[in-house]
Amino acid sequence: MSSADIYREIILDYYRNPRNYGRLEKPDVVVRDSNPLCGDEVEMHIKFEDGKIKDIRFNGKGCAISQASASMLTEMVMGKSLEEVKALGKQDILEALGLPNLGPARIKCALLSLKVFKVGIYSYLADKIGEGEASSIKEEASKLF
Amino acid sequence: MLSIIDVKRIRADFPILERSVRNGKRLIYFDNAATTQKPKQVIDAIYNYYMNYNANIHRGVHQLSEEATEAYEGARVKVARFINARSDEVVFVRNATEAINLVAYAWGRANIKAGDTIVVSEMEHHSNIVPWQLLAREKGARLYYIRIDYGDGAKGSSSSSNNSSSSSRSNSSSSSSSNSTNYDVASDASDASDDGDSSLILDDLYDAISHANVKLVAITHMSNVLGTINPVKEIVDICKDKGIKVLVDGAQSTPHMPIDVKDIGCDFFAFSAHKMLGPTGVGVLYAKRDILDAMDPFIGGGDMIREVHKYTASWNDLPWKFEAGTPNIADVIGFGAAIDYLNAIGMENVRAYEHQLTEYMLSRLMEVKGLRLYGSKEADRRGAVFSFNLADIHPHDLATILDEDGIAIRSGHHCAQPLMERLGVAATSRASLYIYNTREEIDRFIDSLERARLIFRVGG
Repeated sequence: MSSADIYREIILDYYRNPRNYGRLEKPDVVVRDSNPLCGDEVEMHIKFEDGKIKDIRFNGKGCAISQASASMLTEMVMGKSLEEVKALGKQDILEALGLPNLGPARIKCALLSLKVFKVGIYSYLADKIGEGEASSIKEEASKLF
Repeated sequence: MLSIIDVKRIRADFPILERSVRNGKRLIYFDNAATTQKPKQVIDAIYNYYMNYNANIHRGVHQLSEEATEAYEGARVKVARFINARSDEVVFVRNATEAINLVAYAWGRANIKAGDTIVVSEMEHHSNIVPWQLLAREKGARLYYIRIDYGDGAKGSSSSSNNSSSSSRSNSSSSSSSNSTNYDVASDASDASDDGDSSLILDDLYDAISHANVKLVAITHMSNVLGTINPVKEIVDICKDKGIKVLVDGAQSTPHMPIDVKDIGCDFFAFSAHKMLGPTGVGVLYAKRDILDAMDPFIGGGDMIREVHKYTASWNDLPWKFEAGTPNIADVIGFGAAIDYLNAIGMENVRAYEHQLTEYMLSRLMEVKGLRLYGSKEADRRGAVFSFNLADIHPHDLATILDEDGIAIRSGHHCAQPLMERLGVAATSRASLYIYNTREEIDRFIDSLERARLIFRVGG
């Protein structure tokens, strides 16, 4: 996959004009993580209501792939039920980015936001539904890297 | 332009430079500040040791041990001559980081007390910051940062040294961008008149000395980010009458210029073999003989002792007192071959050739629209290490695009996060050159930067 394929207009657009960028007033969950290798940072603020993602914002800094994927992820999950977002996987993100075959050096950039999001869902669910079900999501999140 | 050194012949000694990467692109290796490539002579020396005279050194009476000892100690003599030291002042360690830690533990613990001050600078590598943070925390001492002159009015505005051991002295230029996800870099072309020249503000050192009980100044000889060459001799002159010890981190300077530790006059000097054509796993601590004599050992064990009884031990002579356990024999021998290789070229010639490359690189970088270079624009004051940002392209994205063209550069904070904070960026791209690099490679590198501008649709 060449750079010209990676940095298509849509990625650059989300990088330069991120959707759902910022913070929430009273989020139920705030999660932050970084990639120690390259310093990409993503923080997510999530608000839940009636088993759905009522609102979500992200902020951070990093390469075009990490920041575009975070922004796209917030759009994908906005308004969705917890059941729906629990099913989200690595391939969904890579397909949204249009980078199904991203190489090993950069795939971590693409998946950092999904990891942050899943950990956020986990910490919320751990409070609401008990450790059992939540820990399986946590395990899934930890396998992303 | 007539070349000072025969680059073509030098390149022939580095088999790795022949290989191609990323679907047939000829490798351009611009990551020399991280580690350099190794010539055949170095690889052969290591191979030859394992093939023909592998044995543990010292004490052995058999022939192999004799030969290995001779080669190992022979490398020490080569290193000592290379930096104009005595061979009993050259201690082999794993790398420059370990050399600095050795000083922090073995000298620092005995000589730094509560209320003392250790002076470092804003351009230090983490390896010349964290050991002093640990020591300062343990002893209740303070860390004080000499600022760099970086175009934000910092010059001359020195303040008192009332800092805790963990806090940075200067925070006036930290980036405060909080509402943009995009990489926070200036997108206009660099402007030398605004930036200062990234040199140390020596007034800060005078200030520290007059206000605080400074015991040690630990300073890099050449910045691994900015390429700035610091006036270490002048710093020693400022310190020596006051009994202040000076440690020079020579990891980036020793590979690229003649080094004379007696002329510099520093008390400690640290560097790594792998950044100067040698193997990984070998570093050097130089320290003045009287200081080493007074220091207790760092690590206890075999080879560093004279006599061991059940409850007491006495120490071996210098420098073996600091080399406990079986050392990295093969790689020290390989390092000796690297020193031979550099001596054959001549360090004056290495510096002169890199100076030419630096002038050319600076002129070409200035042509790239939207490129911001950090560090001095004068080849006389810097080495061939170039940190920059290009428009709003994140360094990792840029490194990906360059890699596709076969060009290896580094991107990130370069183990100098306090400096990144000072420059107001999270990361930079860094190209660093050595004796086997050429003007043609610089041209291809510039072409690749232009391609990155196109891919990222950078206007202007």
